[in-house]
Amino acid sequence: MAISRRSFLKLAAGAGLAAGASLAPAPVGARPPVPRLPEAVGILYDATLCIGCKACMSACKEFNGLPPEHTDPRAIWDDPLDLSPKTVNIVKLYTHGSGLAKDREVDGYAYIRRFCMHCVDPACTSACPVGALYKDARTGIVKYNPDVCIGCRYCQIACPYNIPKFQWDSPFPRIVKCQMCDHLQARGSFPACCRFCPTGASLFGEVRELLREARRRLALKEGEPTWFPLRRVDSGSHTYRAAPAYLPYIYGEKDGGGTQVLMLSSVPFAKLGLPALGEDSIASHSETVYHALYKGMLLPYLVLSGLVYLVYRNTTKKDLP
Amino acid sequence: MAEEFVPVQTKVVTKPFLVLAALALTGLGLIAYRYVAGLGAVTNLSDGYPWGIWIAYDVLVGTALGCGGYAMAILVYVFNRWEYHPLVRSAVLTSVLGYTLAAVAIFIDIGRYWNGYKLFLPWQVNLSSVLVEVALCIGAYVVVLWIEFLPTLLEKHREHPKAAVWLRRLNHALPIIAAVGILLPTMHQSSLGTLMVIAGGKLSPLWQTSLLPLFFLLSALAMGFAVTAVESIASSYFFRRPYETPMLANLARVTAGVVAVYLVLRLADLLYRGAPVLSSGWLSAMFFLENLLYMVPLIFLVSPRAARNLRVLFLAGLALLLAGAVYRFNAFLVGFSPGPGWRYFPAVPEIAITLGLVSLELMAYLYFVKRYPVLPAQHG
Repeated sequence: MAISRRSFLKLAAGAGLAAGASLAPAPVGARPPVPRLPEAVGILYDATLCIGCKACMSACKEFNGLPPEHTDPRAIWDDPLDLSPKTVNIVKLYTHGSGLAKDREVDGYAYIRRFCMHCVDPACTSACPVGALYKDARTGIVKYNPDVCIGCRYCQIACPYNIPKFQWDSPFPRIVKCQMCDHLQARGSFPACCRFCPTGASLFGEVRELLREARRRLALKEGEPTWFPLRRVDSGSHTYRAAPAYLPYIYGEKDGGGTQVLMLSSVPFAKLGLPALGEDSIASHSETVYHALYKGMLLPYLVLSGLVYLVYRNTTKKDLP
Repeated sequence: MAEEFVPVQTKVVTKPFLVLAALALTGLGLIAYRYVAGLGAVTNLSDGYPWGIWIAYDVLVGTALGCGGYAMAILVYVFNRWEYHPLVRSAVLTSVLGYTLAAVAIFIDIGRYWNGYKLFLPWQVNLSSVLVEVALCIGAYVVVLWIEFLPTLLEKHREHPKAAVWLRRLNHALPIIAAVGILLPTMHQSSLGTLMVIAGGKLSPLWQTSLLPLFFLLSALAMGFAVTAVESIASSYFFRRPYETPMLANLARVTAGVVAVYLVLRLADLLYRGAPVLSSGWLSAMFFLENLLYMVPLIFLVSPRAARNLRVLFLAGLALLLAGAVYRFNAFLVGFSPGPGWRYFPAVPEIAITLGLVSLELMAYLYFVKRYPVLPAQHG
């Protein structure tokens, strides 16, 4: 026997440790974080301004050719329970106790809009094997190209917000998600949800301007009279009202590596169903692990050379019992 | 070497074969229905649980069960342990069938299959996607496995002059083929684990770790050794052939080594990350089931006396296969939670399709061992 059990174990342990070392939590070759695109566009959603009218939902369906949904077959209105292949934008409701006061965590209620967050460093585009989900190089909008999608649904596994939806009942299914009305933007217009929002709760604009606006709001004292832009951050039309009691937090500024959709609220975001993600994107983590092993195919090539040598030596010098 | 392998001389079409055929036909019928009515019509998959048993069983467990060829090739070609050579052929046969069916299952599972070829267009693939590595590697390995299995098919027709020429050519290329055949599973079995890293917090910390690729690789190796032992004992029993006892006892020690390394690293990782091993409710229960299935057979395999007992070896092998299967189900389905309100348990047609594919695999196995020189010739 050329190899005793002990030396086999040593080898196996050595290989294990080597692989383990290359996968250690903060390897030298960590994939750097992705910066925000300078011309990125996004949406600022201020839950304290939202009145739950769902105008954004019906506008979204109208301008994206999506049908109404009947969760309760007796309902005579569009009543989706969650995002679906027919609903890429939804207004949800948080309630607690008596539910009497708006935007209060205890004995109150709050609205929350859910749709694609258009991540700065999306997990879906990192996961997609064929680039069917991709980030627009200028605007940063996360778009879908059905012509290459193979329908593997790895984007659904990857997305921390569970945004991509799949047409399970179709023999020719697609992935469906919010694409920030890029077809309207291409014509010089902007997303329907922001255009039809009566209170300015959904505001379209360049992300850096939206961030500036969000920080302005957080700097306001509660009750201080102030103005809120309508539809677009640069529209010039405003509503006037007293500043609410904001949580001092812009969801999406850094969460999960940052998103182009930013959110403000008085109720903790965890209560509104938004995940706690940390500041690093999950894509950077996955790609760090993956690239540690496959950067330039160097490791596989080395292993293959070693294997060819060993197999050649061992087939010419068989160690028969 | 000519008489090293022989076919089993019995009828192919037997009663069990017909039962398998019925299951296979049911599965094929449901597969046809899936292409007409969509995935939702035959599965309980949802936007929360987009991957179900076709991925967890057919692909993850199926290819790990197909790691017999890989595990034996490492022993023979890398560690120069040619005494295991008699087991290589049947191991390669299970591998070629397991992997081919996994590839078929992937094709049934993907929704937009007509775009499937785009995975093989170099300008189309996304090199940061772990799934690309998995898909290309599995695809390539299916081809390599069929090449590795080719000598078995050719030997049956060795009188034919062309067959003899090709056998000689294949023999020349053997070092390259065997090396690639070892590299590819090392790559994709680990990458199958890497797939879940991007699920982040949706996968319970009992399974979510940067070491997923290492654990998937080591557990696939353990399953490869275990499946070879189980298959050898089962085929000796069913085809009334002598048992390969001394070889299996040695194999048991190798298997025990791999499992021990796996368990030590797994435990160290959990401690290092401070994973909530005890306080995760029924996930904790599934975690303990998974690891007991590793530990109990390990205790038997390291005892030299127990390792010579075929019954113990067989049961230990089965337990290790189950352990690897439970680990894979845990890391992809049980420990995966997309959020409140989502649930998944496979639908009846979904299970029937998997059963149909497994039946097809078993039918092919029976056919090949009875018509081609796969199993080791009886010695003495």
